[in-house]
Amino acid sequence: MPLFYEGKQLVTPGDLLAEGNYVAGDNTYRDNDKIYASRLGLVDFEDRKVYVVALKAFYVPSVGDTVIGKVVEVSTGGWIVDVNAPYLAMLRASDVTDRPFRPRTSDLPSIFDAGDLIIAKIVAYDRTRDPLLTVREPGLGKIMRGQLVEITPTKIPRVIGRKGSMISMIKKETGCQITIGQNGIILIFGKTPEDERLAVMAIHKIENESHTSGLTDRVTEMLRKEKGSVEDESKKA
Amino acid sequence: MSRKKPEKLVDENDVRIDGRKLNELRPIKIEVAVLGNADGSAYIEQGKNKILAAVYGPKEVHPRHLALPDRALLRCRYHMAPFSVEERKSPAPSRREMELSKVIREALEPSVFVEYYPRTSVDIFIEVLQADGGTRCAGITAASLALADAGIPMRDLVVACAGGKVDGRLVLDLTDTEDKKGEADVPLALMPNFNAITLLQMDGSLTIDEFEKVISLVLDGCKSLHALQKEALKSKYVAVKEVVEE
Amino acid sequence: MSSSPMVARVKQKRIAELISSGKRLDGRGLNDYREVQLEAGVIERAEGSARLRLGKTEVMVGTKIEVGEPFSDVPNEGVLTVNAELVPLASPTFEPGPPDENSIELARIVDRGIRESKTIELEKLCIEPGKKVFVVFVDVYVLNHDGNLIDASVMAALAALLNTKMSNYEIVKGEIKEKPGYTPLPIRNHPIAVTFAKINDKLIVDPWLEEEQVMDARLTITTDKDGKICAMQKGGYGYFTTQQILEAVNIAQEKTADLRKLVVKG
Repeated sequence: MPLFYEGKQLVTPGDLLAEGNYVAGDNTYRDNDKIYASRLGLVDFEDRKVYVVALKAFYVPSVGDTVIGKVVEVSTGGWIVDVNAPYLAMLRASDVTDRPFRPRTSDLPSIFDAGDLIIAKIVAYDRTRDPLLTVREPGLGKIMRGQLVEITPTKIPRVIGRKGSMISMIKKETGCQITIGQNGIILIFGKTPEDERLAVMAIHKIENESHTSGLTDRVTEMLRKEKGSVEDESKKA
Repeated sequence: MSRKKPEKLVDENDVRIDGRKLNELRPIKIEVAVLGNADGSAYIEQGKNKILAAVYGPKEVHPRHLALPDRALLRCRYHMAPFSVEERKSPAPSRREMELSKVIREALEPSVFVEYYPRTSVDIFIEVLQADGGTRCAGITAASLALADAGIPMRDLVVACAGGKVDGRLVLDLTDTEDKKGEADVPLALMPNFNAITLLQMDGSLTIDEFEKVISLVLDGCKSLHALQKEALKSKYVAVKEVVEE
Repeated sequence: MSSSPMVARVKQKRIAELISSGKRLDGRGLNDYREVQLEAGVIERAEGSARLRLGKTEVMVGTKIEVGEPFSDVPNEGVLTVNAELVPLASPTFEPGPPDENSIELARIVDRGIRESKTIELEKLCIEPGKKVFVVFVDVYVLNHDGNLIDASVMAALAALLNTKMSNYEIVKGEIKEKPGYTPLPIRNHPIAVTFAKINDKLIVDPWLEEEQVMDARLTITTDKDGKICAMQKGGYGYFTTQQILEAVNIAQEKTADLRKLVVKG
């Protein structure tokens, strides 16, 4: 029952990964008893599962995901939100206000207007309709400050790290508050713009080198070096 | 009213005007992810051909009423820049461009998992910046990479190449002159891992036997091209890996 | 129900199942054409015309000949122009408007068959080299769409060309003057197209409308009277294997001979 690649090898769409009694995991597909890659990425195996960690993929909504989005339109009954996915998401007015919604008296733009950024959670999504959002939980709602970084959503797990090790390290080294949207958008709020810049640098480094090993150490090293040189600069001034 | 005698396109040693052997591809350069705004893009140079391909999507369909309930709508625009050919071409879409847009779309669609993204559109743009024969094939090769670069799940890459008959000889990868003055042109697109032919056209005059031989020639050419396609797709990531591991 | 172009899923399955076992819903074999009815010379105003029925598909082709300029790279040759119109009355799916990709593709496939087989002796249509030549307009007019517009159009176009007569003329002081009498348009070849549809990995010829809606892909092969291939076009969202293509090429050889006999009489 052959496997045609070793773990962590780079594969392209259409590459034959395995033949036989295997399970087709992420970014692969099955044709008869053969499993092929459907995206460019690093192939890996777990028990009988063959999967590919895609190097680049867009976000596909999933119920329960926390996402960061931009309100693009105030429509009747709610807001239409761009969550960086193939589908626009919907946030219903009833989700935000407890009072019954009256089109003439309720002023939706005063709650969220076009251009506002929000943190929300996906409560419903299936093939027949666009994703539905909620902002009812603590920590969700309008974003008032901070800056956004956008990375390809497949790299989000790398930014988080195993058991949150990578993101905890970045928060510690930069002193920033960081909110991660599963849709590839990250909100950074630091005490100074300089702190925020360090966090952005770290995230971009992770995105570019996500397929390599020893990344956590290299990012830590880079942050410390950057902080050190910045302090030197400020001492000189 | 005698017809002009055609110039020699292939000499007695089976060498073509540009020095190539009968079964030789033109020099090829491919680069992926060349445009900043497109979701996916690729650029190809094949001989004098210079072609750019870009993909936007999957995203909401505009206009809305075109959305399909159970799959993504694939749209394709093949277009030649006015300065791409010897005699300036009007920017308005010609009948040829409309036909090519259709057959190119039909060549690429079998490779895309359109069922995964109902009610969305995937828009493919192929811009020919300079043309010298075989532009629909080079365009398909680049567009397939642009789709992969956009992170759209695919069954396989699609690679394309043309073959034909010139001065009585069966050849691979015709230039514009060879196509215009030759006896036959056969463009073909293929999903290489499945030997599935998704584009096939022919114009000219061939016996069945000649046609079979041309197909065989083109399939070999596609195989070589496919290797270059994969290399171009992987190269960005390979480069980063090498730098990091130094 | 008849106005909806979609085939009910149950029927789609039936069509595909039957084909897997070598039969078709209308009783035909996989390699059988529908009945062809051909009438030439139906439009007196046109220089040539033909009306062809392939099963219920109906196509009319008219030819017109006018004087025009030659192309710069072939100054001694007449010009061929093929146009196709999917007339809205032919199908609930045809909308009025400028030619869409389907009508353009159809016109170009018909054009390729005629042009690449050098059917019209264009060198005989020169009036004044580099300045004046005859332009042959072939207009394909689809009147009822019940599948396989390509083969029907190619046959009807050939019939119309064979039916085309040009009035005799002479050049008087650089002007063209009509003389009494007619000359048939000089024709040297007879291109015929055979279109295959792939359904459940099987090839069938001459798909009718509902088979077209169920098919994975289609392949058109146009051959000339010597059996040489002069045009090919794959269409649809599926694919063919090399084997299937070669199989089609061989079946086409045999079928075009039969169809040609229906169009070229005597």
